[in-house]
Amino acid sequence: MPELLAVALAGGYLWAVSAVARRGRPWPLGRTLAWCAGALAAGLGPHLRTPGEFTAHMAGHLLLGMVAPLLLVAGAPITLLLRALPAARARALSRLLRSAPVRALTHPVTAALLNAGGLWLLYATPLYAASAHPGWPHAAVHVHVLAAGYLFTAALIGPDPAPHRPSFGVRAAALAGFLGAHAVLAKWLYAHPPPGVGAADAEAAAYLMYYGGELIDLVLIVLFCRAWYAAAAPGQRTRITTRLRGSAGMRRSEISRSWGGTS
Amino acid sequence: MNASARTVVSGALLGVGLATFVDEFVFHQLLHWHHFYDRASGAAGIVSDGVLHGISWFATVAALFMLADLRRRGEFSARRWWGAVLAGAGAFQLYDGTIQHKLFRMHQIRYDVELAPYDWTWNVIAVVLLAAGLAMLRTRA
Repeated sequence: MPELLAVALAGGYLWAVSAVARRGRPWPLGRTLAWCAGALAAGLGPHLRTPGEFTAHMAGHLLLGMVAPLLLVAGAPITLLLRALPAARARALSRLLRSAPVRALTHPVTAALLNAGGLWLLYATPLYAASAHPGWPHAAVHVHVLAAGYLFTAALIGPDPAPHRPSFGVRAAALAGFLGAHAVLAKWLYAHPPPGVGAADAEAAAYLMYYGGELIDLVLIVLFCRAWYAAAAPGQRTRITTRLRGSAGMRRSEISRSWGGTS
Repeated sequence: MNASARTVVSGALLGVGLATFVDEFVFHQLLHWHHFYDRASGAAGIVSDGVLHGISWFATVAALFMLADLRRRGEFSARRWWGAVLAGAGAFQLYDGTIQHKLFRMHQIRYDVELAPYDWTWNVIAVVLLAAGLAMLRTRA
């Protein structure tokens, strides 16, 4: 099943890229490659799980919940969709993105709670055992891990339009909270593995979650701080406005968006 | 935040980041003195240890970007910044050596040895770092 999701993600994106290209607006190849790699990681993650091997499951979790979201977010799918859709539908989509429920859902604090909270729920309750075998709980857990990871990454560093993105301070707090919750969960799992997981397996999985997660999060941290550094530049406001007036390319619109909520 | 406060925050964050890095890299990975978790600790210990180590990379990277920002604005004061680095590193090590190792019993500095000399060395170094840092922060640059 995960491969179906991967194919749907990649296929839908490529359709949108071709629709945009037909209108004579080329889409950056790097974004397409990032998205397809993300779809591949999302399709591969759940397959790493072999029954009775918690460490393999954890590698799948890192791939599905952390690597795939970073790559998918780099694909800027909302920007692409807004360009691919006919004007009326694009306007409807942008109204939807500005609506109160979507704003609440994409708030970095909500996204961090969904992301870290979902993991705690999965590993610290009988949910892990219940979702260990193929079936709808299994599929739902995977979709949640991927979607929550995506929401969280997008809320922090997404290049897509985010009209009401909170300040860097709020986003930094959400990031710090998530990093702490992830590391605490890894240490906790070391001593309290889900039922049926052996001690050696649990320890290896905890190490992988702790140190592997740290490594992937480092990418997120550097991208986040780099965005802050760009936004906090003295005199940045006037420079960006001038450059925006010059021409409306991808990079410039990105800068203005990542700039949405600053200092 | 004014330039002086930002200098102190940047330095202190880097101090905490460096101290956790030394703790993790030297004592956990190279020497294998520290243990990931020796199961002697309760929930408070795991939360405290996990949160501090979880955010240590964030503290380090944010500190360096803040440093770059101070420099491009011409607001960098080496004395204040280094003072804050020492104070941050000392404060973290003191917290680690007293609260985390002793109160929460997360893990000990080393196992199967007489612990007292290790604990005293650890915490005296922490106090010296903290005092040196605070002294540098108090003097006007």
